[in-house]
Amino acid sequence: MDLFIKFLVAAVAASIPLLFGTVGEILCEKVGHLNLGVEGMMSIGACAGFMVGMQTDSFVLALLAAFAAGVVAALIYAVLTVTFLADQNVSGLTLTIFGIGLANFVGIYMLGHTENGTLKLPEGITAQMREIHIAGLSDIPVAGDLLFSYSPFVYLGIVLAVCAGLFFKKTKLGLNVQAIGHNPAAADAAGINVTRWKYLMILIGGGICGIGGAYCAMIINSGVWISNNVGGLGWIAVALVIFAKWNPWIAIGGSFVFGALRVLKYYMPPSIIKLPTAFYDMLPFLITAIILILSSISKKRDLNIPGSLGVNYFREER
Amino acid sequence: MIRIVKTKEKSARQQLLLRLGAFVLALCAGGLFLLLLGNNPFAVYATILSGAFRSKMAVQATVKIMIPLIIAALGVTLSFKMKFWNIGGEGQLIMGGVFASYFALFHADLPAFLLFPLMFLAGLIGGGIWALIPAFFKVRFGTNETLFTLMLNYIALYIVAWLQEGPWRDPAANGFPKIASFEKSAVLPKVFGVQVGWIIALVLVVLVFIYLRYTKQGYEISVVGESRPTATYAGMNVQRIILRTMFLSGAIAGIAGMVQATGSDRTLTVGIAGGVGFTAIIVAWLARLNPMSSLVIAFLFAVLEKGSSVIQSEFGLSTDCADVLQGIILFFVLGCEFFVRYKFVRDHKQTAEGGTK
Repeated sequence: MDLFIKFLVAAVAASIPLLFGTVGEILCEKVGHLNLGVEGMMSIGACAGFMVGMQTDSFVLALLAAFAAGVVAALIYAVLTVTFLADQNVSGLTLTIFGIGLANFVGIYMLGHTENGTLKLPEGITAQMREIHIAGLSDIPVAGDLLFSYSPFVYLGIVLAVCAGLFFKKTKLGLNVQAIGHNPAAADAAGINVTRWKYLMILIGGGICGIGGAYCAMIINSGVWISNNVGGLGWIAVALVIFAKWNPWIAIGGSFVFGALRVLKYYMPPSIIKLPTAFYDMLPFLITAIILILSSISKKRDLNIPGSLGVNYFREER
Repeated sequence: MIRIVKTKEKSARQQLLLRLGAFVLALCAGGLFLLLLGNNPFAVYATILSGAFRSKMAVQATVKIMIPLIIAALGVTLSFKMKFWNIGGEGQLIMGGVFASYFALFHADLPAFLLFPLMFLAGLIGGGIWALIPAFFKVRFGTNETLFTLMLNYIALYIVAWLQEGPWRDPAANGFPKIASFEKSAVLPKVFGVQVGWIIALVLVVLVFIYLRYTKQGYEISVVGESRPTATYAGMNVQRIILRTMFLSGAIAGIAGMVQATGSDRTLTVGIAGGVGFTAIIVAWLARLNPMSSLVIAFLFAVLEKGSSVIQSEFGLSTDCADVLQGIILFFVLGCEFFVRYKFVRDHKQTAEGGTK
């Protein structure tokens, strides 16, 4: 049983980069832009967050840097697809290749400028982002572990997802923004500034992805920089958006499931099932593929899917 | 207010100039980035160029890099022409390598005239099957092909990881999980010092060019790509065309994998594709899905990549520089495409009728 609690706690931690990526991509897709650059934006955010964190020893500054870097990366995509009407698939894909390359490039450049040959976060910032401990609450057996034992990233991610959900469901502004994704021409005619909101949502979405990347760089490898540290999580996030039906609240649960799949290999007692580790590593991708198939087989039309997803909006052709 | 209006499409000459302009701008942007890192961009660019051509061996290495890239780009070209967003070139390439490696590992004693065609066919079928899976679900259920092909990339990657951990593990490698090097008899021969894959690549360029431009099937691909309803209305069997084209697309990527494993790597590793499947998409797109132009762009990218390995030793910059530059180039070219069909106009005063005609 103890092992099971540990597994759940690890699953929550492992789900967080996915949650950031998924929520960021939901914001972007809600205004009709399928951004395949999540992996790239996360990589750039990872790099910025890690490097700033290492230099300044401040968790808050690292977060801000990761967010800002994600915004800048998303800006490239937004300029190309919103203003220049470039193909969304190719633009996003290029952003991914560029982003991963840039992060690795900068990482190796920084490695070349250190004395001891490794990039490691200093002690101060590691303490700031360590699992919280609230006297009393965190000591409650089981519930304390499950609810009050995580890094600040976890709470930030869940708060962001909840807020994004509230924004879309409960505010007039949120409904207006969703109208852009469903039918930009109609939203435009209704007086919503389509271009401004597209930019805003894509940029904020990119920033959120950037924070997710920072988690990958700063937590997953215990504070040591390695190349390709996002490692495909951005792609799973893109798929998770479909799984979550474009709903940030469902994204919390969806990310948890995939987080659990990611850490399963460390917690599955070999006495129950013994599988090759490669199979465990494959699981999240395999299950995503199966979900993609299943969700397309179910004939019920999904009303949540933004109707104009993937199609650029050219005002003069209304 | 600045608005966007459609203009007459620019002439082929103007378009070419526009793209060249974008390319130059991209190099400037890349140079600025290098400058910020404290390097002389001219020196870096010069080193990239000379690094790719400085010796016979360097040129051979450049061609070796180009081989899987151009072949994979041809595969991408077929599916993208049909507007089927196959971003699974990476996985199709890997599976081609896996299927071909089976024969290279376990049937190396076959006579060469049997073994090589078998490996070739296996690579083709491996890649083809891996592309047929998403194509089947696309035509049957409308499953999103972009994400599905992407997931298949990772699944293929972990199949190789599993093979080298378990069933195909080299027992002679003292516990290190790797697959044994192929016997000499199963390694592709060399022509002019480079593995024979470059000839396969050139032949494929011509074949795909002819296929797309002069055959009925090639024409069908363009029609389906332009508009599926039109194709259906014209009496074409759209589903069959999609399945066939995707099989071919994957099969070509599979050939790239077979050539890479049995010609260059001489074993099967998880690094067999190494991002080639993704870069191939950039290549195909920059070439505007024209096989001949793809050859030029793939060569250019191979120069970038080979040259980047030299700037690593001379400037301490990593080889990822190639990815960064390729990304910047495509960003600029994607942006410039806009000016082929549109322009910005500034209207000073809004006329009562609501603007210019």
